[in-house]
Amino acid sequence: MSIEVLKPGALTTLQDLGRRGFQKLGVPVNGVMDERAHRLANALVGNPPHIATLEITLMGPTLRFTVDSFVAVTGADLDVRINGEPLSPNQASSVKGGNEVVFGRRREGVRAYLAVRGGFNVDPVMGSASLFARGGYGGFAGRALAKGDVIHLSTLSNVATPPAYKDLRPVGQDVLDDVCASIRVVAGREWGLFDANSRAAFQEKSFRLTPQSDRMGFRLEGPKLELTRASQMESEALAFGAIQVPADGNPIVLMADRQTTGGYPKIAHVCAVELPRLAQKMPGEFINFKVIDIGEAQRLLLSQERTFVSWEA
Amino acid sequence: MAANQLARELGARIERINYPFIHDIVPAMTTVGIHYDPYRVQLGESGKLPYQIVEALLEQAMTDDGEALLDTARIIDIPVCYGGEYGPDLNEVAEVCGLTSYEVIHLHSYELFDVMAIGFAPGHPYIGLFDEQLCPPRRATPRTAVPVGSVGLANRQSVIYPVTLPGGWNLIGRTPLRIFNPSRSEPCLLQAGDKVRFVSISAAEFGALNEHAGGAQ
Repeated sequence: MSIEVLKPGALTTLQDLGRRGFQKLGVPVNGVMDERAHRLANALVGNPPHIATLEITLMGPTLRFTVDSFVAVTGADLDVRINGEPLSPNQASSVKGGNEVVFGRRREGVRAYLAVRGGFNVDPVMGSASLFARGGYGGFAGRALAKGDVIHLSTLSNVATPPAYKDLRPVGQDVLDDVCASIRVVAGREWGLFDANSRAAFQEKSFRLTPQSDRMGFRLEGPKLELTRASQMESEALAFGAIQVPADGNPIVLMADRQTTGGYPKIAHVCAVELPRLAQKMPGEFINFKVIDIGEAQRLLLSQERTFVSWEA
Repeated sequence: MAANQLARELGARIERINYPFIHDIVPAMTTVGIHYDPYRVQLGESGKLPYQIVEALLEQAMTDDGEALLDTARIIDIPVCYGGEYGPDLNEVAEVCGLTSYEVIHLHSYELFDVMAIGFAPGHPYIGLFDEQLCPPRRATPRTAVPVGSVGLANRQSVIYPVTLPGGWNLIGRTPLRIFNPSRSEPCLLQAGDKVRFVSISAAEFGALNEHAGGAQ
């Protein structure tokens, strides 16, 4: 009842919906970067949404299953094959004991999610299976997968029975928007402290995602964003998608492994429904932002949640 | 200081009301961050959006007269071996503050101080405010790796490094206690609102109490 890691890939980690309730103790949330892909993968194999999936980054692993199971791969297209046969994305597939699941060349996106029917058998840390690599806890043995690891699968009795076929309705077009569209954001608490040129540039110019971006933060380069006057802030709580601007004027979007608090001014927050699209951007790609109001952002989130609920019913 | 106490009290009050849609309450120096799931908020027939309902509820919680919840603060003693290899910046701090090393230790220990906030890293406390004389600035060049348990001092506040991290605080000592251990049922030794007392110990006592040994870090 396990998976053997023949090749680990560039960064393959176990992630779930995150470590909630411990942020007041400085414990970061972690969890998946692309919640939509994670929830879809779980729904396809009949898992509830909180079950951990493998988050697979850019160069994927080679995994050998020791038992018959069912898997689904969503998110980035990394040319996945089972024993040489292409695996169709976004649907459940049968894997036989001894089969190898091989991730190949990246075609689109950055992060793929692999769900296994029944899930992985790992001990949660502070209520979550998500890896926090910097902290050395969670996930598999507190680290990303390495060659030779053996990950045990859940011992639930139904894992060998196929998941019920579900015709999952797609997430609404209002939520998904166009892949090339601007990333929708709401104004941040310190929006008004930025000078008029910076606020205009933020909405009109493109920002490049730099190679220094990781699960903690996406560092962007573009027009310098400046305050009308220097301001000293006390540190305060941060959310997934907050866009902080340090003194050098280059914005940083806080991602899944973000710290719990921070003291830089926040020009904006990426809308929750846009985080999956942002998480699939490659370093070097350009990003534009579009400011919408919080009411519209919440309407989009509620629309997406209704779709999730229909998948998970 | 008053704003910090108010932030912590408000955080405690909202926590006690226990709204089902709120999953994290993060008191900071002068603010309280509320993380909630908009789709868990009962919208009813009002036509209002989740944030409008949550804003109204929080405003009510802020203005309600409630008894103070912070009277029952825990008191936690933190043993610290000051100076020497554990506190390489102690002498420099003393010089900057115009004090002797002994005076720095004296002003830093014995009395109770507040855990004003936790942040930056798991279980990483901000403790203060210390005597006005204990006001050295942060180091111009941060260290790339500050050992776990190190006690830093700057601008009348102290931090304790829960894991080995980069950091720019002046290192005046080290505690043998593990203030963060993810596999403990209570992973963090301290929480905002606790009162702590630093207790000066010798290097031999540090060795006897050392929880970092055995590959813990």
